[in-house]
Amino acid sequence: MTPKGVSQLTKPEGMLTWRDLEIGSIVVEPGNASQYQTGDWRSERPIFDTNKCIKCGICYIFCPEGCVEQNAEGYFEADLFYCKGCGICARECWTKAITMVPEEE
Amino acid sequence: MAKRIGIEVSLAIAEAAKLADVDVVAAYPITPQTHIVEHLAELVANGELDAAYIPVESEHSAMSACLGASAAGARTFTATAGQGLELMHEVLYVASSMQLPVVMAVANRALSAPLSVWGDHSDVMAVRDTGWIQLFVENGQEAVDNVLCAFRIGEDPRVLLPVMIHLDGFHLTHMIEPLLFPEQSQVDKFIPPYQHPMPLHPDRPVTMGAFAPPIIYFETKKAQEVNLEAAKEVILQCWDNFGKTFQRYYSPVECYRSEDARVLLLTMGSFSETAMTAIDKMRGEGREVGLLRLRLWRPFPFDEIRQAVGNAEVLIVLDRALSFGGPGGPVCSEVRSALYSEDKRPKVIGFVGGLGGRDITPAGFEEIVDRGIEISQKGSDQEFEIFGVRE
Repeated sequence: MTPKGVSQLTKPEGMLTWRDLEIGSIVVEPGNASQYQTGDWRSERPIFDTNKCIKCGICYIFCPEGCVEQNAEGYFEADLFYCKGCGICARECWTKAITMVPEEE
Repeated sequence: MAKRIGIEVSLAIAEAAKLADVDVVAAYPITPQTHIVEHLAELVANGELDAAYIPVESEHSAMSACLGASAAGARTFTATAGQGLELMHEVLYVASSMQLPVVMAVANRALSAPLSVWGDHSDVMAVRDTGWIQLFVENGQEAVDNVLCAFRIGEDPRVLLPVMIHLDGFHLTHMIEPLLFPEQSQVDKFIPPYQHPMPLHPDRPVTMGAFAPPIIYFETKKAQEVNLEAAKEVILQCWDNFGKTFQRYYSPVECYRSEDARVLLLTMGSFSETAMTAIDKMRGEGREVGLLRLRLWRPFPFDEIRQAVGNAEVLIVLDRALSFGGPGGPVCSEVRSALYSEDKRPKVIGFVGGLGGRDITPAGFEEIVDRGIEISQKGSDQEFEIFGVRE
């Protein structure tokens, strides 16, 4: 699923033929990297334990993908469309509130 | 009226870039290209050429700066040689893949080690597959003419590809020749203004050279191959138009006394002129020999080669580069491959000679032809012959 507020590609990359490409394979839609699902690189996903979370936001600061956001209740969660499962948030979390779980579990 | 001026070929190339009214030159000096970029720096410093001259710290940076300039819509020129071309290597692919029509003169030079500043085609062959249009010139006039053509071809909206003009280091770059320079007004008419359809501009943001995962990368390469192949038609049209305008005609494969020749020699670059002298002498002796000069190296002119070879029985190809441990010279290898599927094809005999500035005289070319004919009749235990090395 594409995250809210991100438009679908006019044509998914897998549907484009070589004839559909712009000159020099130029990308003409500004900011369309947001449509790229980096989440499918993931082998482990972060599970956030709200009982341990102190809402400090260190996970938000350290996330190299910029995919950790604060929800309405003030807890943090990763957007799995983008999360590559690097585990930096889990390593940095002071209260060990984040656990990396293999995708197949 | 065009003016005839006695001038060093390197300076003439700089003057041709000035006639093309380049906007940006980014270059790093290297022998034997130095005089080209020195003269361009001079023209800019003297206010004779309204362009940005970017002195950079390496050839890698030179080509990178050229990419940026061309992507922003500037007419861009540079020049290099030998080791400099190799240092540019990875950026060359980016220029062609992003369809940025940079024009570059390459003063062909041998590669280290041992260090050599003298000419051969080793540097060219290492960048053979970079996706650039590549032309060879034999003399100063061809160099001037083809610098002008290169801008028109590369910047054509149907093409948008970078162009290399190969000229032999020293043997050609450092000659002083009487050359015709067209009038500025004629050049202005011949080369329309460069307009990249989607240049880098804040009003219309685009991404060039984006990330391409396996799902799309291969499509981009097919598009690139089709585009480079299609460029041949535009190159032919440009040379035709140039001929009609300036009365000097160019073609992908130049034939010299090749009609009805039973034996053909094939060369690239300035050595072709020496080979012509040898052909004249042999023709004078009643021998049925002729010469083909390969001008268009990429896109490779398959049809023209097949047509030019015609009914010849022996084709002797001289390479000025060595593919170590391979079939000898890359030119011979490609020509042989282009002819292989023909029902009637000549025996193709490969020679490698003239490395690192080693000269081949007219007598040398006669020797090559004689030895080539001998091999065609008696065969050889070598894949190719090395000519001109002391045994």
